[in-house]
This record gives sequence, C-alpha cells and structure tokens, in this order.
Amino acid sequence: MGILEVKNVGKRFGGLQALSDVNLSVRENSVHAIIGPNGAGKSTLLNCLVGKLIPDSGSVMFDGQSVLGRAPYEINQMGISRVFQTPEIFGDLSVLENMMIPCLAKRDGSFELNAIANVMGQRDIIEKAERMLEEMNMADKRHMNAASLSRGDKRRLEIGMCLSQEPRLLLLDEPTAGMARADTNNTIDLLKQISDQRSITIAIIEHDMHVVFSLANRITVLAQGTPLVEDDPENIRGNPKVREAYLGESA
Amino acid sequence: MFGLDKKDTSLLMIVAVLTLFAPFILNPFPTGSGLAQFNAGYPDLMQRFVIFGIFAIGFNILFGLTGYLSFGHAAFLGVGSYSAVWMFKLLSMNVLPAILLSVIISGLFALVIGFISLRRSGIYFSILTLAFAQMSFSLAYSVLTPITNGETGLQLTLDDPRVLGVTATADGSIPVTNLFGLEMRGTYEMAVGPWAFQFNIGYYLCALVLIAAFYLAIRIFRSPFGMMLRAVKSNQQRMNYTGLNSKPYTLAAFVISGMYAGLAGGLMASMDPLAGAERMQWTASGEVVLMTILGGAGTLIGPVLGAGFIKYFENIFSKINDNVLHGWFSFMPDGLEDFVVFIVHPFIGKGWHLTLGILFMLVVIYLPGGLVEGGQRIAGWIKGNKQSDAQQSETKPAE
Repeated sequence: MGILEVKNVGKRFGGLQALSDVNLSVRENSVHAIIGPNGAGKSTLLNCLVGKLIPDSGSVMFDGQSVLGRAPYEINQMGISRVFQTPEIFGDLSVLENMMIPCLAKRDGSFELNAIANVMGQRDIIEKAERMLEEMNMADKRHMNAASLSRGDKRRLEIGMCLSQEPRLLLLDEPTAGMARADTNNTIDLLKQISDQRSITIAIIEHDMHVVFSLANRITVLAQGTPLVEDDPENIRGNPKVREAYLGESA
Repeated sequence: MFGLDKKDTSLLMIVAVLTLFAPFILNPFPTGSGLAQFNAGYPDLMQRFVIFGIFAIGFNILFGLTGYLSFGHAAFLGVGSYSAVWMFKLLSMNVLPAILLSVIISGLFALVIGFISLRRSGIYFSILTLAFAQMSFSLAYSVLTPITNGETGLQLTLDDPRVLGVTATADGSIPVTNLFGLEMRGTYEMAVGPWAFQFNIGYYLCALVLIAAFYLAIRIFRSPFGMMLRAVKSNQQRMNYTGLNSKPYTLAAFVISGMYAGLAGGLMASMDPLAGAERMQWTASGEVVLMTILGGAGTLIGPVLGAGFIKYFENIFSKINDNVLHGWFSFMPDGLEDFVVFIVHPFIGKGWHLTLGILFMLVVIYLPGGLVEGGQRIAGWIKGNKQSDAQQSETKPAE
C-alpha cells in the first residue's frame, strides 16, 4: 500500500478524454517519476492530485484519506507540497519573508488573524526560515527581493519553501524545464540530497530522461491518458512498448 | 517604543507632531496678509484633513497590502455617518457611542459586501464594489427614506427622543455633540501678534483618533497577518499551494478597512451631525483611491499625505477667484494682466479639479510611488545617495 494511491481516475475535457482508468501507487520514501510524451495527461494527473482539478471518476487517496473535493490549501495542509514548472514564489517579498510564509502556514494553519504581533519578533519562525535558507545555500541572499533572483535560485527557493512545510509528499512538475545543463545538474543533486537525508516521498513529472534516470527508483509511463507500464528504471529502459510510445520518439 | 522599531516609531512621531501642531503648521501666514487665504488652520478644514486621513489609512490596508482595488469604500463612510446620526437622535449627543456604532455597523456591512465581492478579483472585484456602493447610494437616496431621510439628508430635530440626553436644550435649541460634556465645536483662539491660531476640541479628538488609527495600521503592516496580505498581492497561487486560505485573509482586510471608513464617517457626523446620501456616491469612493495613490499606495504615511494634499487643494484652490488673481497680477500692465488672468483662470476656483488632475498625472507618471517616493528621492539627493538606493527601500516599504 503506497502513500499515494490513485485508482481508476478518469478526466474528460469536452471531447478529449485526458485521463482514462489511471492507476498509480507511489511507495513511501521513493522517488517516483511519471513520464510520457506531450499530451499524455501528466499535468492533468498532477492537477487532480493537488486539488486544482476534480476527476470525473475514480479515487485519489493520500495516506488513507481521500483528497477529492478538497481545496489546494487543504490538500497542502495534509502534507502534499507542489513545485511548479515555472517557479511560483512571492516576487515582491524578500527571500527571508518568502521562507517565513510556509513556516507560518505550518505553525498557524490555513488562517490566523494575528494582526498585532510583530512578524520579525517570531523567533521560532525566523530561526526555522534561516536554517532552511542555510540548507539551500541562500543565506547570503536573504534580504534580496525574490523577483531579482536567478532562475536557478528561484527554483531552489521554491523547493526550500516546500520543504520547510515538512511535507510527506513533494510533487515536482518538470523542475528542470528550460534550465541550462549546469542548473539541471545542480537541481538533480539537490533533489538527491533531499531524498537521501529526509524521510520524504518525491513524485516527479519530467521530460528530461537524464533527470528521470538519475533520480527515480520507480517510473510510470503515461501514454494517451493511460498508464502504459509501472516498473523499476532498468526494466523501463528495456521495455519495447515504452520505446515505441516515448523513448523511440527521441531516439 | 510601543512595540515598534526605530523607523516606525519616528514615523509615528512625525504623524503625531504634524497632527497635534497642525493649528500652527497650517497657519503660517498672518491674518490679514495677502497670503492668508493659503492658511488652512481653521477647525473645519483641519477636521476634514484628519478624517479623510483615517479613511485613506484604512483604504490602504486593503489596497496597499492586498492589491484589491475597492471602488465602493464611500459606502462604508456613509453607513458610518448614518449610524452616528441615529445614535445622536436616539441615545445621546455623546460622540463615543455614536462612533462605536459607526464602526460596528460599517464592519458588518463590509462583511456582507466583502463576502460577495471577494468571490472575484481584479477588475471584477472593483466593479462589484462599485455596484454595491451605487446601490447603497440609490437606496439611501430614495427607497430607504424612512432611515436616511432621502435627498434632504438625515438631520437632528427638536423632537428626537435622545433617551440618555435631552431632546432640546433649556433655550429650545438642538443640543450639540460632545464627549462627556466637552463640546466638539468648542474652540480656543490664541492670538500671537498678527497670527490667530485656533484650537478646536473636535479637531483634537479627530487628531487623537488618527494617531491611534495610524499606530494600529503600523502594527497590522508589521504583523504576520500583514505579511500574508502582502503574499495575497504577490502570488495567490503560491499562497494556496502553501496551505494558506487567501479568502479569509482578504475578507478580514476588507472588513478592517471598512471599519476604518466607518470610523471616519462616524467622526464626520460627530463634528457636524448630519448625513447625506451624496457621501456614498462613487465620486467619494474615487477620491479615496486618488488620495492613496497620490500619497503612495502600500506605504504607511502616503495615504495621510495624499488625503491632506487633495483636501487642501479642494478647499484652498477652489477659493481663488478672478478678483484674487487681479489683485496678484495688478503690478502688470493692464493688457498683460488680463491675459495672465485669462490663462490661469481655468485652473482655479471651480477649475481646481483640472489642477489636481494634472498634478495626479504628473505624480503617477514620474513618481509611481506617490509623494512618499518624491520625499525619498529628495532625501536621497540631500544625502548624496544614488537614486537606486531610494528606490530599493521604496519597493519594500512594509519591511
């Protein structure tokens, strides 16, 4: 029984059957990659997991609880954090403030009317945020405006913000899309380090096979809205069906 | 001091000094001198400065922090005024219960309007608030006449019950608003040489409320709640995926700023106990938007400056007429004098809106951070700092 169990999920947009009969089981503490050609339904599936979309049929269980019908913030509070394809951070705020917000969300919940206390007097929050910035190697940038960070730093900050919530499942949507090779390798190292040092499950949607095979210990291949196969990386590499559907495309 | 850091304490001190010494600061010219008409140190106008300052401070909590632009905030001002006048009619002429009721009623009103309007964001939110305010205006103007007294406006009469006070004074006139016996209209005049300074009790009540309101705004800006409001403005998507429900945050900001508007409305009625529907009209809502942007949205002191600036123009420039101009330019040859007066004429008197409009355009184009940015640039030049430093500190005003 995995930490995330997707059963018979289907989703239709007008005449397009984006997902049909998707079954997926993400094991606890694994790095699970979901790959597939363009239009395979990867992003639709991800949006069904985080509450942005509600599937037409099927069930999505996280740690034994259904996530269906819950708002994104509720699902996040259950322990699923999401990293976006283009980094979504608070551009108008400083790097430190960016890191403090998820810490506050973790401590105070989804809404807290704390309008009198000084936010810079919240020692526990500041310490936690500083520690996480340290871990992300961004401590020297703490007073910078987040919008002025480089693309790679924005990605690090976003991952750090997600981690400071201590999620049980981290979802990444093509985290290296549009990155230079060096930045891509840095991100791979960072994610490896995260999965080695923390008890965290990572599910990653990725196009870049280099990233997938360096990180994943379980892979699901989606094609035309249905999982083609779910297996270990070695078996995926040699699977002729996968080659035909996806790898053949780039070969 | 008071749980504020050094910078904020000095900001609070500046506001306190400006408001408490306003009767001196706004009366720099001796009475009877040619420039005396630029004096603004009379009670009526000073009250308006601080009341609209409070209104703008509250508006800025919503617009400056969350970026939600309400075009209907005058509705809360109007509701506050009506509540206060009703309190004067039914309970007593003491301003305290009247102001309390204004804040509570406008808060409840804001809760309802905010709950519905905040289902949308951006331009749709603005239009919804505008629609609500115009509906309130129309209701107050006609349908709700029993409560609002329609186009005449709600006034005190000699047969109001006033259960805790008197219906009429001994000499048969309507009693005046007071705070535990201190009459709001009470004014002490101090003559220093050719100057005449006026200290009005009502003004000082408003000034103290403004200082308290400003202090509360600083605390809100610096609180975890304030940080969340800035997060709403910055990236709602990230907020929702960080386990935060942005809706109650924006609604709370909306209600708080509605209560500030109600407080301003209550004070307005306490200074002059009548309330008319025109206080809720969309031009009044637009005015507070102008004040906030002109002063500097998202900055602490900006809205106060903007409110003072606009009210000064409204009351001083509108009083300059052609006769005054002829007086000024009488040193010129006749033909030239007439010509200059002809050129300046559209910008003064009833044309003061034109002057204000031009100034507003200049500020928005050249000083997007409002008067506060202007002040920072001047301070930057004086210190010999680079302009970029001033801009950097300006982009993070709430830090």
